[in-house]
Amino acid sequence: MEFVFVLEQVLNGLLIGAYYLLIALGLSLIFSLGGIVNLAHGAFYAIGAYLAVVVAPYLGFGGAFVVSPLLVGALGLVVERFLLRRFYRGDPIYGLLLTFGLAMVAEQTLRMVFGAAPVPFAIPDMLRGQVFVGDFIYPVYRLTVLCVSALCVFGLWLLLTRTYFGRVVRAGVQDPDMVGALGISLKPYMTAVVVIAVGLAAVAGVMLAPITGVHPAMGAEILTFAFVVVVIGGLGSFWGVVAAAVIVGVVRGLAAYYAPAATEASIYLLMLLVLLLRPRGLFGERIAKFE
Amino acid sequence: MSKGTLPDAGRRAVVLGGTAAAATLAMPAISYGQSDAIRIGHLTPRTGFLGPLGEFAVQAVQLAAEEVNAAGGVNGRKIELLIEDSVNPQTGSAKAERLVQRDKVACIIGEISSATALGIAQVVQREKALFVNTGANSDALRGSDCQRFMFHTEAQNSMYVKTVGRSLLRDGLARGKKWHFMTADYAFGHDLSKVARRFAAENGAQVASEDLVPTDLTDFSPVLLKIRQGRPDVVVSNLAGNQITNFLKQYGEYGLRFPVAGFGFDTALAWGAGAGNFGGIWPVVWHHLIDTPGTKRFVSAFSAKYNRPPENQAWGDYCALKIMAQAMTETRGTDAMKIVEYLEKGAKFDILKSREGHFRQRDHQLMMEMYAITALPRGQEKNRWDIFTSSPPVPGPEESLEAIAATPEENTCTFRA
Repeated sequence: MEFVFVLEQVLNGLLIGAYYLLIALGLSLIFSLGGIVNLAHGAFYAIGAYLAVVVAPYLGFGGAFVVSPLLVGALGLVVERFLLRRFYRGDPIYGLLLTFGLAMVAEQTLRMVFGAAPVPFAIPDMLRGQVFVGDFIYPVYRLTVLCVSALCVFGLWLLLTRTYFGRVVRAGVQDPDMVGALGISLKPYMTAVVVIAVGLAAVAGVMLAPITGVHPAMGAEILTFAFVVVVIGGLGSFWGVVAAAVIVGVVRGLAAYYAPAATEASIYLLMLLVLLLRPRGLFGERIAKFE
Repeated sequence: MSKGTLPDAGRRAVVLGGTAAAATLAMPAISYGQSDAIRIGHLTPRTGFLGPLGEFAVQAVQLAAEEVNAAGGVNGRKIELLIEDSVNPQTGSAKAERLVQRDKVACIIGEISSATALGIAQVVQREKALFVNTGANSDALRGSDCQRFMFHTEAQNSMYVKTVGRSLLRDGLARGKKWHFMTADYAFGHDLSKVARRFAAENGAQVASEDLVPTDLTDFSPVLLKIRQGRPDVVVSNLAGNQITNFLKQYGEYGLRFPVAGFGFDTALAWGAGAGNFGGIWPVVWHHLIDTPGTKRFVSAFSAKYNRPPENQAWGDYCALKIMAQAMTETRGTDAMKIVEYLEKGAKFDILKSREGHFRQRDHQLMMEMYAITALPRGQEKNRWDIFTSSPPVPGPEESLEAIAATPEENTCTFRA
């Protein structure tokens, strides 16, 4: 019987991993191509959740699920065009400071507009209920989240590996100067990457809003985990990030089962361990410009 | 623009900016010398997992100060609030020290975290300044860690446990029942767990299992799966802050049907979970549906100013400031020792409930009525805010207010000189 419970926690861990994945992939993309550690990424996630709360009464959950990421993507476009763009080639510390500042401004703005108290946002009635598989229990809503995450990841993978757009982006990650020498400007690609990345963060925000609370610090809360996932997975590696998200979710689930008080500490221990053995992360590639 | 020299406009701006900055920095000293306002420090967490409650506290203390000032102030002097985010125990203590030493506040009001309140209490005891704790529940603050200069408008954990405990006994959820504890993993939760275990032992309930939950845990699914596996008769929350919101939302999501009860609670957290997600029986020190003239007046003033009803944390800070204003008026000044003696003599205060409150001499706990609230069934909520029904005041009108508080044997306080 004990084994069944452990298995249940492992499977549940996969779900938890899916939450971080969409955020971690965006972080990894922006850093790989632009060299910016986007500390404001969690803010886009939070804004996505709040926008969903605002538009859902008019458009329903489905409408919010589409509109909120589009609006956040548009916001990302503006932020990239007027702020991030100035910092791609500079000392990384400037980009770090800029996005750190942006994150604080965003969090405080949310607090001023919506208040510090969590804002209610419920699971749509259509997706309420649970699925029982043998002795296991899965809320319908979490399964939906898992499927949407998987679809997003698959779509992103297709985009990066099967299209002209993806080839330029991957080349830009490895050798931006050579891409430039070939007469391709990376600027529009960078804009597109930021829009996609923050849009995915907003998708995560909308989907997680009914599970965890909608409150101003929700962005800061999830960003730390997303970073851990990126670091464990290794920069530049798409599947590294995916694998890391799954591993982090499972480790967290197991820790919550055996030693709940150590739930959060467990993933940092995991990170420490991975970095000791593989300093570039599990599947990290050697990227010349960051060495 | 050549490097090394600033253009004219820039240089002027820097000079102006510098002057402005210097003026701002010098301000406190100037205003202190010129006005004879009574300065009161307000210190409470405004960020982090207790931030939602801190916001209510700040709004309420501002409303109370406005009302006191509009009514002529304290002995003709206006009240001036200095409001700070206490953040965490280290920052909270440092800011308390600064408020007392540099800003010379007459007293400090606020706090929610039991861990931070402990730090502030040590500072005020050393500095011989007053501290009114409006939100930290831990019994230890009224027992082993009690301080002569600290008073509590917030109820202690024992009062919460015994209040809701009566409902649990009445509903047959205690005697012979198997409880599962979820406990916030910091000072407050540990203290509450201890008090709740004592209640369970005395009333024949069995604490079958307990999970310590980190304060920043947002996903409760591992804990919920464990509960489902353990099949307890009652799921008991010793959680705090945003933890309660997340637990309520996800408990509904997993469709678990075990009865839920809590030994600590704040209404804002149920509001955050939303109607339909709120369930169970919980204790509160005050709520906005209490039928007394004082509460009605407070609720309408607060709602008019902030567009939402006040919750229990707002009540705490509102009453604390009113109590301090009354104490300073009665003692004709701000001398901390005189106020301590005045409060210890059992002065009565209107705390918006049916009976007046007073501070118990031996541990400085405000003696007062409490309430147990029960969530309305899904679909019967009247609006976003009125999502529960309340018990009559506990203890009842014929009983002593001491009936729900910790006895000297349960919680011993010895004030150091």
